[in-house]
Amino acid sequence: MAPHTGLVNTGLIDTEPAVRVRDLDRRFGERSVLSGLNLTIGRGEFVALLGQSGSGKSTLLRALAGLDHDVTGEGGIEVPGKLSVVFQDARLLPWLRVLDNVVLGLRDARAHGTRALAEVGLAGREKAWPNELSGGEQQRVALARSLVREPELLLADEPFGALDALTRAKMHVLLRNLCEAHHPAVLLVTHDVDEAITLADRILVLHKGHVAVEQTVDADITPARRAEIRARLLTALDGDTA
Amino acid sequence: MTITAPAGPIGTEDPVHQPPPVPRPEGITRTRRRRRLGPGRKIRGAGLLGPLILLAAWTIGSATGALDPRVLSAPWTVFTTAGTLWDNGRLQENLLTSTERFAYGLVLGVVAGTVLALIAGLSRWGEALLDGPVQIKRSIPALALLPLLILWLGIDEEMKVITIALGVFVPVYIHLHNGLRGIDSRYAELAETVGLGHAGFVRKVVLPGALPGFLLGLRFAVTAAWLSLVVVEQINATSGIGYMMELARTYGQTDVIIVGLVLYGLLGLLSDGLVRLIQRRALSWRRTLGS
Repeated sequence: MAPHTGLVNTGLIDTEPAVRVRDLDRRFGERSVLSGLNLTIGRGEFVALLGQSGSGKSTLLRALAGLDHDVTGEGGIEVPGKLSVVFQDARLLPWLRVLDNVVLGLRDARAHGTRALAEVGLAGREKAWPNELSGGEQQRVALARSLVREPELLLADEPFGALDALTRAKMHVLLRNLCEAHHPAVLLVTHDVDEAITLADRILVLHKGHVAVEQTVDADITPARRAEIRARLLTALDGDTA
Repeated sequence: MTITAPAGPIGTEDPVHQPPPVPRPEGITRTRRRRRLGPGRKIRGAGLLGPLILLAAWTIGSATGALDPRVLSAPWTVFTTAGTLWDNGRLQENLLTSTERFAYGLVLGVVAGTVLALIAGLSRWGEALLDGPVQIKRSIPALALLPLLILWLGIDEEMKVITIALGVFVPVYIHLHNGLRGIDSRYAELAETVGLGHAGFVRKVVLPGALPGFLLGLRFAVTAAWLSLVVVEQINATSGIGYMMELARTYGQTDVIIVGLVLYGLLGLLSDGLVRLIQRRALSWRRTLGS
């Protein structure tokens, strides 16, 4: 399968996509952050979003999450009602025990919450305080908090950026397994090319507020192909500075 | 750095032809303890040492007659006076009155401070309307309002309780308001993404997040309440510990005055300990940080 660019249906996309973004513009004052951005994410598709700092990655994610209150701009956004966000920091409320953090905002979900905690490998830690957990464990609680909502769209803003390499590799495996089990559509914002290739079905490189490069990743990727994709993405990212 | 002490016993080797001090002597030099610059190890029972020495000096001073009993009664006199006051019921009666005033004033002040802080902390309009006046009140000592309060409310219980409440509500307001405003905006974002409503946000995020500030304010409030109590009880009071002390002054009873002082001290210590206990219980999530 040859690498292709542009907003072409990749075959992974269902007829009814989970996310559809049309001609999205976002401005902070005079500065345009997103301009004419188009994006479609299929149901159950895992999309990684790469780009240099200031390329608009987080702005796009926040727009999809509905968190951009003080931002001006136009464009059409269609997202599923059931979406959840994983932030770079685990963002657990320190005064709520782990299980209460997982089921925050839900009713009668403690059984579900306990199950979600077991799924991320934290069975038995329901009553711990967030401060008693390591950084990786806290991020797993955050994943459980997202999972228990059974999202159709999972938005993740550099969720593993603050973790050490070993923990991050474990989290990659965990996230892949969870996605295979629950099939949410995922938009993962990252600055790590290898993370993107490891996790995503499709990788987008954002440049000056629009999608500059699009790259699908084969499910059973060979090392040679991996190196090829990596080189292409790195060139695309480097082009940002030129 | 240039001076190295000889490793072996002095005199066993010619110091001039000594081989250069290779690994071992150097290692010894390095493991030599450095002088400690901090205050050093903790002393056991340190908190009691100072007061005990003071008490001993007082006892010795009284026993040898160096301290005139008209200036300062002997510790045993104070002790027996307390016993007598207890036996004839005056102590309990005055203690009860004082504690009641303290409690009413504290509750009234804490409720007022909490309500005002919540209004100012949770809405921009509330802050615009309330914060200014409270800050102005803050710069006027509660006790400076006393003449006005006496004119308005007379010299009865009402005036006393309100004076205490006025001293109490400011620290509660300041610290709770600060706690409410200091809540991380990222938690608000989280609340939005997990679909918490306004009420849920206040209950799960805002109030628990502001609790440390509130409890700190409460500690200051308790101190402020005792302070105000002491003052109001010496103005035209007909009961209470302060009244008991005022009366003792006119009769020159130093021992009774000291009994009152000790009582005020004990009550202040006790109530602060109580608030600290509440603090420890309510903020157990914070103690795990290693404090």
